Parts: sequence; C-alpha cells; structure tokens
Amino acid sequence: MFLRLLSDIQWRAAHPKWRRMPGSQRSASTSAEPHPLSLPAQAQVVICGGGIMGTSVAYHLSKMGFKDIVLLEQGRLAAGTTRFCAGIVSTARPMSIELKMAHYSNKLYQQLEQETGVQTGYMKTGSISLAQTQDRLISLKRIASSLNVMGIPCEIISPKKVSQLHPLINIHDLVGAMYVPEDALVSSANVSLALATAASRNGVQIHERTSVSHVTIQKGRVTGVETDRGRIQCEFFVNCAGQWAYELGHSGEEPVHIPVHACEHFYLLTHPLQEPLSNSLPTVVDPDGRIYIRNWQGGILSGGFEKNPKPLFTEGRNQLEIQNLQEDWDHFGPLLSALLRRMPGLEALQIMQLVNCPESFTPDMRCIMGESPTARGYFVLAGMNSAGISYGGGAGKYLAEWIVNGYPSENVWPLDLKRFGTLQSSRTFLRHRVMEVMPLMYDLKVPRWDFQTGRQLRTSPLYDRLDAQGARWMEKHGFERVKYFVPPGSDLLDLDHSKTFYKPDWFDIVGAEVKCCKEAVCVIDMSSFTKFEISSTGDQALENLQYLFSNDLDVPVGHVVHTGMLNEKGGYENDCSIARLSKRSFFMISPTDQQVHCWAWLKNHLPDDSNLVLEDVTWKYTALNLIGPRAVDVLSELSYAPMTAEHFPSLFCKEMSVGYANGIRVMSITHTGEPGFVLYIPIEYALHVYNEVMNMGQKYGIRNAGYYALRSLRIEKFFAFWGQDLDAFTTPMECGREFQVKLDKVHHLLHRVWWESRTGLKGCQPSRWMCLYGAVCSSCNIYSCTSAGC
Amino acid sequence: MCVCPGPRRIAIPVRSSRLPLLSDAMPAPAHLFPLIRNCEISRIGSTACYCHHKHLCCLSSHFAHSHFRYAPQKKFAALYRPKEHFNNFIHARDYASTPQRFYLTPPQVNSILKANEYSFKVPEFDGKNVSSILGFDSNQLPANAPIEDRRSAATCLQTRGMLLGVFDGHAGCACAQAVSERLFYYIAVSLLPHETLLEIENAVESGRALLPILQWHKHPNDYFSKEASKLYFNSLRTYWQELIDLNSGETTDVREALINAFKRLDNDISLEAQVGDPNSFLNYLVLRVAFSGSTACVAHVDGVDLHIANTGDSRAMLGVQEEDGSWSAVTLSYDHNAQNEHEVERVKMEHPKSEEKSLVKQDRLLGLLMPFRAFGDVKFKWSIELQKRVVESGPDQLNDNEYTKFIPPNYYTPPYLTAEPEVIHHRLRPQDKFLVLATDGLWETMHRQDVARIVGEYLTGVHHQQPIAVGGYKVTLGQMHGLLTERRARISSVFEDQNAATHLIRHAVGNNEFGTVDHERLSKMLSLPEELARMYRDDITIIVVQFNSHVIGAYQNEEL
Repeated sequence: MFLRLLSDIQWRAAHPKWRRMPGSQRSASTSAEPHPLSLPAQAQVVICGGGIMGTSVAYHLSKMGFKDIVLLEQGRLAAGTTRFCAGIVSTARPMSIELKMAHYSNKLYQQLEQETGVQTGYMKTGSISLAQTQDRLISLKRIASSLNVMGIPCEIISPKKVSQLHPLINIHDLVGAMYVPEDALVSSANVSLALATAASRNGVQIHERTSVSHVTIQKGRVTGVETDRGRIQCEFFVNCAGQWAYELGHSGEEPVHIPVHACEHFYLLTHPLQEPLSNSLPTVVDPDGRIYIRNWQGGILSGGFEKNPKPLFTEGRNQLEIQNLQEDWDHFGPLLSALLRRMPGLEALQIMQLVNCPESFTPDMRCIMGESPTARGYFVLAGMNSAGISYGGGAGKYLAEWIVNGYPSENVWPLDLKRFGTLQSSRTFLRHRVMEVMPLMYDLKVPRWDFQTGRQLRTSPLYDRLDAQGARWMEKHGFERVKYFVPPGSDLLDLDHSKTFYKPDWFDIVGAEVKCCKEAVCVIDMSSFTKFEISSTGDQALENLQYLFSNDLDVPVGHVVHTGMLNEKGGYENDCSIARLSKRSFFMISPTDQQVHCWAWLKNHLPDDSNLVLEDVTWKYTALNLIGPRAVDVLSELSYAPMTAEHFPSLFCKEMSVGYANGIRVMSITHTGEPGFVLYIPIEYALHVYNEVMNMGQKYGIRNAGYYALRSLRIEKFFAFWGQDLDAFTTPMECGREFQVKLDKVHHLLHRVWWESRTGLKGCQPSRWMCLYGAVCSSCNIYSCTSAGC
Repeated sequence: MCVCPGPRRIAIPVRSSRLPLLSDAMPAPAHLFPLIRNCEISRIGSTACYCHHKHLCCLSSHFAHSHFRYAPQKKFAALYRPKEHFNNFIHARDYASTPQRFYLTPPQVNSILKANEYSFKVPEFDGKNVSSILGFDSNQLPANAPIEDRRSAATCLQTRGMLLGVFDGHAGCACAQAVSERLFYYIAVSLLPHETLLEIENAVESGRALLPILQWHKHPNDYFSKEASKLYFNSLRTYWQELIDLNSGETTDVREALINAFKRLDNDISLEAQVGDPNSFLNYLVLRVAFSGSTACVAHVDGVDLHIANTGDSRAMLGVQEEDGSWSAVTLSYDHNAQNEHEVERVKMEHPKSEEKSLVKQDRLLGLLMPFRAFGDVKFKWSIELQKRVVESGPDQLNDNEYTKFIPPNYYTPPYLTAEPEVIHHRLRPQDKFLVLATDGLWETMHRQDVARIVGEYLTGVHHQQPIAVGGYKVTLGQMHGLLTERRARISSVFEDQNAATHLIRHAVGNNEFGTVDHERLSKMLSLPEELARMYRDDITIIVVQFNSHVIGAYQNEEL
C-alpha cells in the first residue's frame, strides 16, 4: 500500500536512528537489523500501541514534562487501523466533549508539520453535511448550534450554496446542509508519525516490533509490563492497542474489561478524474445515504456506515498487522448506489481499490478513556468508533492530563471507562451491539433513543409482571427500567416511526402518570439503583464516610442523609443518599451507572482495613418507590403501623413488615421531592410485596409509573441529575447545595482545601444545572434527558 | 410423454389458431417455418424427435425416416396428415395482423410454476423432530398435455419409514398413474411382518376396518382412480395372501421387498390386461395401463437407511455439504438407458447374439424405447401372439390405435423389457443434507452439480456467489454498480420460491448460459402452446427431501 510506503520513508527520515542506514532495503533492514535500542528495565509510563492514540498520548505526556516514557508497538508505527483511516478531521460531533476533542485535534494537526518537519498532508477543505429530510436538517442545526457555542465557524446553507461549494453534488433531493469551513484532511499515518517524531525528540523511547504479552498488577496497582523482549517495570500503563485492546485487557491475571469490538469498514478509492479533483474541495457527508466522500489524489475516497455491518474477530484472532481483508463489493453495493446518486457524474470514474479495514466500536458509540476501576495506573484509550483521527489529538491530551494531574481538564465522564462494567464485555453482547452501533453513526440522532440489542440482561424480579401490564423499557447499565406504561387499548407508534424531535406520542401517558403521583399514589420499580453497604467493627465506617462526603453523616440511627461525594476540587463524583442503619453500618444509594465508578472511588479512598467492609448489595434488593400523597395510607394498611409524619418523618429509615414479608427496609424518601416511600425488599419477597401494594392500593387509585414520570417530577422540583447536571466539575456552590456541605463536622476532609479557597464566594457562580431547561444539556445532547443521569 | 407428435396434432388441429402468437414470442419456431414451407416433413419430425422426444421415439417420424420400408400402407397415409396440419398452421399465421410481443409477467410465471407445488413437513413432537426427514418439497411442470409424469409420497404406518417416488410415463399417462397409485402399497405390504399381514387378511375376511398401511401426502391434483380401486385391491390382496402362505419367517429385507414389489406390480399389470375385466371401462383402462409404460424411481428412508429403487431413467441424487460449506452431488441410481454400458450389456446378454445389432439402435431399445427398464410396455414384453390376441379381443378403441397394433421391429425373443429395479443402499451421514428425485426432464437440462448447489443454497438460504474482485482490471463505478444491481436481483430470485422443487424448476427452465434465471427466457418457455412445449422441454417432476442432520448425527453417535 503506497500510503504505507510513504509513511515508512518519512518516519525513517525523521528518526535519527535510521539516518545511518542509507539505501538499505526497508523490509530486509527492519527484520534483519537488531533492535537499535534494548528495552529499558524501568520506565514511568509504558504505552502499548503505536497508532494515532498511542503516539498522541506519548506526544502530550512528553510535552507535559514526563520524561521516562516508553512506547511499544507490536508491528510498525501506524500500521493498524490508523494506516487505513480515511483521514477526515471533522468537528461536527454530536457530543460536546467529542466536539472539543475534535476541535483541539484540528488545531494540533494544523501546526504539526511546522513543529516536526514531517509532512502530514494537512489540508483545510471544510466539510458539508447534507440533509435529505427536514428531520436531518434539525439534527444538523443542533450540531451547528453546539459548534457555534464553541466558537467554531459553521453555517446552515441552502442546496444552491452546496452546488457552489462542490460542483459534483446532485442537489435535487436536498433540503439543506451544514458547512463547517475549518474541517480538514490529513494523512493519518503521517500525523501519527509526526507525533511519534515529536515525542521521540522529547525523549520518548519508541520500540517497534515489541509486543506486550500482559501487564502485571499487584495489590490493585500496575507494577510492570511483560513483553516478548523482556520486562519493563512501570508506574503507569496505557492501553492504546485499538482493536486489540480487549484482548490485551484480558491477557493478565486480573482482567481489565475494555468493551470494544471490530467491524469491517469499507471505502472506495478511485483513479483521478479526467480533470483531477482539486485537493481543496470540501469533504461531503451524506448521512441519509450513509456515505462520506472526500477528494483523494485527484479522484475520490468514499466510504460509509452500512445498515448491516459485518462484525469481525469476535473469537479474538490476534493478527500482527491488519492483513488486507477481503473486498466485498456486494456488501458495498448500497453505498455505491448512494454515491452515484449523490454524484452521478462519477459513473465513468475508474475504480482503484475497495479497502476493507477493521474499525473498533464501543457499546454506546462513545470512545473509551480513563483509568481501570480495578487496577490503578492502568489507563485505556481505545474504541474510537471510526473517528480516531478526529479525536486523536484531544483524546491523547485528556488522557495525558489524567495521568499527570489525576484528572483531565474537561469533564470526560461520558467517555470514562468506568461507565462500563464487566457485564458489557461479553463477546456475544459486543458482537450484537456493535452491529447496532455502526449504522447509528449516520442514523438520525433523536432524543430518547434506546439500544435494542444486548437487552434484558439485568432485570428486576418484577420484569414479567410489569411487562404484562404494558411496560415500555429502556436500559441503563444493562438494567431494564420502565419508561412508562402503555394503557390497554392505546396504540403507540412502532420504534422506527416514533423517532421525533417534536412532542412524542407517549407524552400524555407520562402526563397521566405524573398526575397520579401528584394526586394519589404510583409505584415505580427502582431496582436498578446502585446500592452499597458500608460497615465496620468500630467507628471506621463513619470516619471514612465523613472524610469522603460533604454532608454530616454522624446522624442518629435511622436517618437518611442526602449528600455529595466530592473530589479534591469540590466537584461531584457522586450524588447519593446514605441511610445510617446502625451506629456502624451505612446503606448508600447512588445512580445506576455509578456502580463501577463509585465502587472504584470508594475502594481507592478507603483505607485497606479488614475491619471496614464495603459490599455491593445492588442485586440483593428490589426497590419499589411509592410516590404520592396516598402512599402513606397504602403502607400503613399493609403494615398496621402508624406512618404519619410524627411517627415516620421525612428522610427516615426503618425495617418493618409489609404484608407477610418481614425485614423490608422502608425509607421516607422518593428521589422526587414528593411525599412517599422507597421499599428496599429482599428479592425473594419482591413479587409478594408488589402484589400486596397493588391490591391494597387499588382503593387509593394506585397505578404503575415509569422513569419518565420520575424525571418529570424531579425536574419540577429542581432535583439535579448526576452525570448530566452535576459532574466532577460542578461544586455544591454552583448548584445551590452549599447547605449540604458541613465543614465543622470533622477536621479531616477530602475537599477541605477547595472549600476553604471558596469561602466568601458563595453563590457567585451561575447554577450550571440550569441548563436543564435550555435546548441542549451540557454533557450529552444526543440522548438528552433520559439516558444520562440517575 | 408422447406417443408421437403426429397423431396428437391431427387430433387437435383447431388449436393451431393460437400459434401465431408464438411466432413473435419464440425465435426458434420462426426458423422452423421455412422448413415447414418446404414440406420437409421428415426433417421436421426428426428435429422434433432430436429435440425432446425421449422415451419412446415418435413412431411415425421414424417410419418416415428410417423404417419406411416396413410401414404398412395405412400408417403411411397417417404420416401425411401432419402436413395438412402444418398448412393450417401457416394459414393461421397469415391472419395475425400485427406482430405482438407476448410475455408472461413475473406473477403469471409464478402462478404457472407454483400450480403443482406441494410441501410436507414432518410433524414435530414436543418441539422435537425425531424423524431423519425434516420434510419434502415437490412440484411438477407439464410439457405434455396432459402431463405424463406422476409423483407419490407416503409414510408407512405399520412399519417405519417414508416412501417417495417419481414416475415418468410414456405412450400416455395410464401406466404412470397406476404405478403411482399402487407401487407403494406393494412395497409396504412386502415390508410388513407376517403377523401384521395376518391381521390385515383377517380384517378383510371378517369385514372389519383395515389397519391403515400408508399415509399419503398428496397434492390436490394428484388423483387416484376410484373405478379401479376394487380391482387393484384384489390384486394386492392376492399378493399378500401369497406372502402369508410363503411365510419364510425371515425378517424382511428392504432391498428384497423393493425388488419383489416392483416385479409383482408389473406382473399384476400384465396379468390384469390379459385377463380383462367385464366392465368395459375397466377393461380399456387395464389395457391402456399395460400398453403404456412408466419408469419409477423410489426412495425408502428409514432412520439413516436410505434405499433407492430405480427402474428406468429417472434419477436420485444426494446433496452433500462439504466441510467448507460447498455442495456436491452423489448420484444414487443408475440410469437404465443406452448411455449405461452395463445396461446395454445386460440387454445383449439376455438375447441371442443374432439380435445384437437390432437390440439397441439410435440409443433406443429396438430403436424405439429410451428407457431400458419400465413398468407396463407389454409391447416389449409379450409374445407377438399374445399381443395380437389381446388387441383383437380388446375394445374397438384399442383396435383403432395404430400404436398398440404396431409390433416393434426385430421382435424375436420377448421379453425385451423388465420392471426389476436396481436398489442402492446408502447410510445417511450428517453431511447428507437433501435428496433430489427427479424425472429426466430435469437431468437433461441441468447438471447434477448445479442441482446440488442450487438446492443446497436454497435450503441453507446462503447464496454463495463468487466474490467480485477488481484486481488489475479497468472497471468504472457505473459498470460496477450495474453488476452489483444484477447480482442483487439474482439473489432476490432465491427468495421468490417457498418450495425447493419450484426453485429448481425455475432454474431448469429459465437458466441462461450464465447459470442464472433469465425471466424473459422463462416467460417464453412457459408461454409455449401445448403442441410446441414438448419440443423444447420434457415434463419435469421433482421431489426434494430435506434430511435432519441432528437426528442423523445422533443415530451415528449411538452406533459409536
């Protein structure tokens, strides 16, 4: 492949070690030549993977002052997916953090040639995203507005303007387009080599043809790396192994689960046109036709994301370099039709090659970065969902900051490895899910969209009962949760037709559920919430929780405290409710997707003390949330216990019997601000208690409700959602929760430094979570309101 | 299968008014017309014969051609009648004012192809199918009017196993019809243990209800003759009574049972014709059965044991899936025709050396009959005296028929023909996915390897197409797009059929030189009028039996 040829020569020219071998044959020289450097026995950081990600991390780490860095590549630099990348740097990304990464990458690549002297082929061409439908235009407008917020030039243009920008485009079926003039084209392999060159000038040791067999982990910390050329002791390990990241993560004794799966990705290369295309012609993205088209050496390069992707290497074949995979023209057929429809003038253009390269995809179409929840010092940057070159610079920068400073300069929770647990790393799950994710690249991104594959993995014991009553389900962290209940007789649109930017057809159904919560009583199954128990033989539990949480937890037994788990900078790592079960044990309820993150945070901050026990009891309890003014009546009838405010005040926790079932943990909290209770029921009693509640509740007008109703209630009461309204960069002061920060409780406090620096600034920051009421929420505007958050 | 085209055409000259349509639809008949104008009847006859008249050569044309000398005067006159017919034909053509293109639409084509399709799925118990057969698809496409092919399928109820068969009739459909109704009863009875036979005989004796022997799986168009059922039943009863008397006490061997059943049925057909029947309709029927003929290819499947009994030139073929997923064909029967050296050898062995030259002429038995083994066809089995006696004492219709009266040339040492089948036993393996039984109408248009591939791909739903590789060739985007569109259309044709046999017929009739179904060709072939259809294709009858690899695998494991 000539791309490859080109890059080899340049890499050698740029690398001082190779200058001494003039005229030697490339392939012979590298294989016969002994490795120019022997591996060091020790390094601070070992990066595995010499693609765009690995070289970018090395580049940024070395820039940030880390000296002792080793980069290992099993084959040759930029030989994996990076080599085949189409080289389109596009900032038109649906998520703001991805958009920031892409924007940074663009700026970085622009000056890279000047900085390193390596030709990167950077060409600012701009990009045009076409809309064939009004809905598509709306989604482009949404992206355009977030680009504008970032200060990136971008405009919505008419079809006529499109034809002025690109003469070959057939505009007859277009309703509009988005033009991003600063998007660029690069040669991705050369960008990678340029980054490697700059890194090696800054002292990074680069070793090709060195493969990592596994990473050694002791006491939950990375200690070193075993390679085929010996062992390197290290403090940090960075897994940038791309499509091999999953296998590398599983190679050691303690697996690190990195849920990526490869799919075949096809693009077409052609010979130059009769009148060669200008290399400044903008890149065209036609999401309705599922294709992208860029100019390439006077001809075009066009690929796409088909509806029926072909997953690859499910069984985990670990090939050294990606051999040329089979071209599959029949599979490419629909994309070719779309291409010729978009540019009919290309009919006579001669084909050069159909390239097939594996691309890694993740279960939620967002890349994966961050530290492993189980092994400290084990960092991951992989799963770029075919946007590696766009994210490369920014992702490398954030990960380098993460290693150096302990946390990146932006909120990267949507990309954090800890959003996944072990449950997402089943190969079958990944295979099925990526087949849904890849077409999603160019699907219409409407709010409230749920994945349809890999479902019904974790379910409540009441699943079948609720399903029979018309439940419609969404999934969070593998757990099935009810969105709303379709009343008998009402007919909702099927999935494909329910996609809308406008008022959804379930609106009135949820409205009725909310009304019932306000006026009578509703039951919501909240079993998905993460539940931990922290207990100790002495006072260790209380002491440590006081250190980690902002609110005062030294409350009488039976009280429930709402508190934030703040980091050193006062940002919310978690937003939870903690009940004091006894003097020495606590019950902690966190959002569903906190299961891995919160566990890792607590593990990392709690002392290694055998007398202090942290247990994940999520699976042990089914949680039923009784919301509404009549909840008290239902419960008191079922338990023959007085439930009035003087006997059972708000934010209170008591074990009692409900129906025949004893030992039900009842808390007077509803997570909505409405009156009511949450029942934590040992799972074997779940069906009984549910039946009892529904029977007894009949005379009080009880009905089932779903999460959409819960969310609506929360929004009314200004209750923020962690992960969406609150994140690691939001402090209690910014969201009006300074009352939940108690400093005088103990002297020793994780976030004391932050707090003390902030005293006196009370209330001067705008409430960030107010954006909830704006058009776009801050962290995630694809899945908008319902998929993020608790 | 035709008696011969000449007489039929004479019988229905009115139909020729439909012919003009054809001149535009078919290029081939058009080039026949100059020949017709020149009145070169013998050449037309031989062309037609060369084309597709397979089993029994058209007597008249052959007489004109080669046996001219021996032809009686009457026959000679008959020969000239086709000429009148063709003259009509030409006149009729003049009436067609404007040439019109006449194509069947795809739905019309489908309705023709699917008219006779039949599918049977072996019922499952508790979600499990314990039979080694999943089910079968069958279909037939007529070329003769009426069709001379027959098919049968039935499950044996008193023994295990399933019977499937195709029967290719010639000189009329009477014999094939009779064999398709009766043969499986003979086989089932041959397989029955002594006790069951006794039980059945006792039931008949005392007028009690009979144990059902066979469960038939019939298409609504597959009929049984009501009139003859009593006669047939009596013959069958005689057979089982003999079996009871013979009681050898040995367990029944499938191979022997099949051979015995074939021979016995043929014998009964012959006897019934000699004895005659007081009922004139039945009397004529048994004579028609005996004077026409039929091949038979029957499969008996019981667990992993597959027996194929074949008489004549229909064929059974096993579809085997290789480890790499590709398909190969294993033929499980020998054609009994001139192409089979052993068969020619056998015939020659059975007759004096003096007849060696006249036995097989122009790849036909006595220069007339294509299959070397068949049911019926008493013309090749009875002595000349017997034939004459039966014909003369027979009804007038028989006497008027030129064919029945005609004695084959060089007819010295009958019988020349037998119905004894060759039986092949095959133990099914998990890689044996399906069995195709088909009359020669299929095999003369398609190679067995193609049949295996087409059915295999149809059944697995996978269409193995050679992947396209651009390589170093100069291909434009437009060319590639056209190619891909065409390939997609080809794949979609696979999913048009719900029946493997229909799918196979679609290919057999519509395949172009590239091995893909060409709708235009299919449409032309199916819109041929009855008179011409026979020149371009033969009746096609196909049964595709799908095996249950899991059950077969389990059998194998048990044995290990």
